[in-house]
Amino acid sequence: MSEHEPSHAEASQAVSTQAVSTQASSTQASSTHGPFSTRVDVRKTYKLYIGGAFPRSESGRTYEAFDAQGVFWANVAKASRKDARDAVLAARTAFSGWSGATAYNRGQVLYRIAEVMEGRRRQLEDEIQQGQGCTADQARNLVSEAIDRWVWYAGWSDKLAAVLGSSNPVAGPYFNFSTPEPTGVVAAVAPRACSLLGLVSVIAPIIVSGNTCIVMASQGRPIPAITLAEAIATSDVSAGVVNILTGDPAEVMPWLASHADVNALDLSGVEDAALATLLEQQAAGTVKRVRRPKWVAGRQADAGSDWLAEPGLGAMRAFLETKTVWHPQGV
Amino acid sequence: MTFEYAPAPESRSVVDIDASYGLFIDGQFVNPIDGDRIKTINPATEEVLAEVSTAGPQDVAAAVAAARRAYDEVWSAMPGRERGKYVFRIARLLQERSRELAVLESLDNGKPIRESRDVDLPLAAAHFFSHAGWADKLAYAGLGPSPRSLGVAAQVIPWNFPLLMLAWKVAPALATGNTVVLKPAETTPLTALAFADICRQAELPPGVVNIITGAGETGRLLVESDGVDKVAFTGSTEVGKQIQRSVAGTRKRLTLELGGKSANIVFDDAPLDEAVEGIVNGITFNQGHVCCAGSRLLVQESIAEEVLDRLRRRLTTLRLGDPLDKNTDIGAINSAAQLARITELAASGDAEGAERWSAPCSLPDRGFWFPPTVFTGVTQAHRIAREEIFGPVLSVLTFRTPHEAVEKANNTPYGLSAGVWSEKGSRILWMASRLRAGVVWANTFNRFDPASPFGGYRESGFGREGGIAGLAAYLQEDDR
Repeated sequence: MSEHEPSHAEASQAVSTQAVSTQASSTQASSTHGPFSTRVDVRKTYKLYIGGAFPRSESGRTYEAFDAQGVFWANVAKASRKDARDAVLAARTAFSGWSGATAYNRGQVLYRIAEVMEGRRRQLEDEIQQGQGCTADQARNLVSEAIDRWVWYAGWSDKLAAVLGSSNPVAGPYFNFSTPEPTGVVAAVAPRACSLLGLVSVIAPIIVSGNTCIVMASQGRPIPAITLAEAIATSDVSAGVVNILTGDPAEVMPWLASHADVNALDLSGVEDAALATLLEQQAAGTVKRVRRPKWVAGRQADAGSDWLAEPGLGAMRAFLETKTVWHPQGV
Repeated sequence: MTFEYAPAPESRSVVDIDASYGLFIDGQFVNPIDGDRIKTINPATEEVLAEVSTAGPQDVAAAVAAARRAYDEVWSAMPGRERGKYVFRIARLLQERSRELAVLESLDNGKPIRESRDVDLPLAAAHFFSHAGWADKLAYAGLGPSPRSLGVAAQVIPWNFPLLMLAWKVAPALATGNTVVLKPAETTPLTALAFADICRQAELPPGVVNIITGAGETGRLLVESDGVDKVAFTGSTEVGKQIQRSVAGTRKRLTLELGGKSANIVFDDAPLDEAVEGIVNGITFNQGHVCCAGSRLLVQESIAEEVLDRLRRRLTTLRLGDPLDKNTDIGAINSAAQLARITELAASGDAEGAERWSAPCSLPDRGFWFPPTVFTGVTQAHRIAREEIFGPVLSVLTFRTPHEAVEKANNTPYGLSAGVWSEKGSRILWMASRLRAGVVWANTFNRFDPASPFGGYRESGFGREGGIAGLAAYLQEDDR
């Protein structure tokens, strides 16, 4: 680890010692410019993603994010109540356009996210490796799975209604059919450990059917979430469909769980049972739908393998309503 | 000259009401251990019909334990094919005893015999018949190759369709392999207690269905019991929220079918005769004691006067009175408490500046009655446009464009049902896709069928009853 003696510049560059990093090699290259021309790297300011823009927290607060070795990585925006409310407004505003888009269109937009992520996969691999402390192979696999997960969900957009809808043979002269419709605005907490694949596995099933969302990224491993936001922002996803907040779920989620313009909660990433119970209680105030899968409860320590299995319909079904329409038959 | 209707009462002699009822636990009626007794009355006459038990904490525990035992030892292990035959038997028994049960329902609830006979009973039997066929076909429910049941279901139902709501709860629970503890409403326990006898006749294994009577406290004890795996509730949004709060953190599965303030939207190209019948049915069916009642009439401005004239004329012809009379259209309000609530909300309509019109019908001296009532000049801010009245009180608002109709229809925290009246197919489908409601009736209203999923958006609850979608409420979810 000695080559990792974190000089100020190296540490802020956020490149782990084990990483086969393009940034690391470029730093070496720049050092050949001579004693007075050593290139100082340009550090990124990590911000929130709300309504298609990247604002700082209105509170002006940040918190320190560390890599897997506990080395300071970046100051990350610490979302406030006001940021959460702004995100709900953005998600609500985006809902009619996104839910009204054709399923074919939504499928293409999700597929586009996969395309854009493929082009940024080296950055994502580095960030996962550094943040989760896994091997390069593991990081590569997790990014591949995350990209493929978008592709998997993209294909579902125009099949959900065929699989979950029905034509209902009622006992009378009526045409009667049921179709799934998006629930509305969903507030979610992404898993802590699996910082990219877990996050994608939470967002994709929410938005594929036309919902919009506010997602709290892994508090301890927020960097891949911000990079994902950048991929989403350049993937034809309408502003406000996905909003990503960094910060403390215990502070921000209660505002979302009690917000009357939020229709549902996904608590997949909430490990603290007391917090989950509090949020479920608050959800009752406006009869929100709550998803809290049994299989993730208490098994968050594994940074990837739990999320590697191919998903089923459950995560999509949780945020769908069944609408049934009757019409008489006659001449 | 006017023709008078001669009285045409349905005979009460087909029903045999005991003076007093125990709790139906583990296949037999037992006296409450730590419960109490309450009286149930005929709301049309205020005559006491019977005394029933209220289950206390130990009674609830005994019922849940019986359901658990039946689940573990009998019901969960029984092949679906055999389980289904019990549910078929129940459907047949309901058909065979439908006249008796219809009369009993009208006596205890106050609804016209025409409705209990032609709607509640046939639909209740159909619900059991339809779900019985699912019992050995759950692999086709879209929930995986062999979906598992949940365990013991705690079911709390309202007083507006006592036996039908029992059917909506018990039929899917049994067909999917769950056992049941059901609590009927305190004012309408008698058909549920009669259903216990049907379980006996069907030779349903003891403990598979347990029926405990009582008021809100019994319901609270039941849904908060550690021994239940599933809670299904139909009733007010207020109580639904309390239940959702109480099951938070417990991992119990929950479905809620709550209140509504549904819009019935009439366009200027609607078939007006049918539309007026639909408006009348939407608000007077079951005295308006319907969660999906079309209690907000949104009528296009250009035809508002004509629609209102026809509506008042039609409401004037309705016959209010003895629920057992076969010519009665409007029966009794279910309880003094509900009558007080309707009266208070209607008074708020007067106070807030809306204009009241009531059908000129004479009300009987005894019992609880409220005439069909229409408020015009209603704004979206009025309480009578926002709060569920659960009575025959219609609030009329107008609109000019389809967009305005959608906006107003969706301007409510509820989302149970909506009606659309128009002869233009493309407009109906456009409206249907934009209305945030679980059921949309186009050129009809208040239709129900076991094959048709029913349930709400937003604060009207979650989960569906009926159809393939309804099975998910009683089976383990694929939660990935």
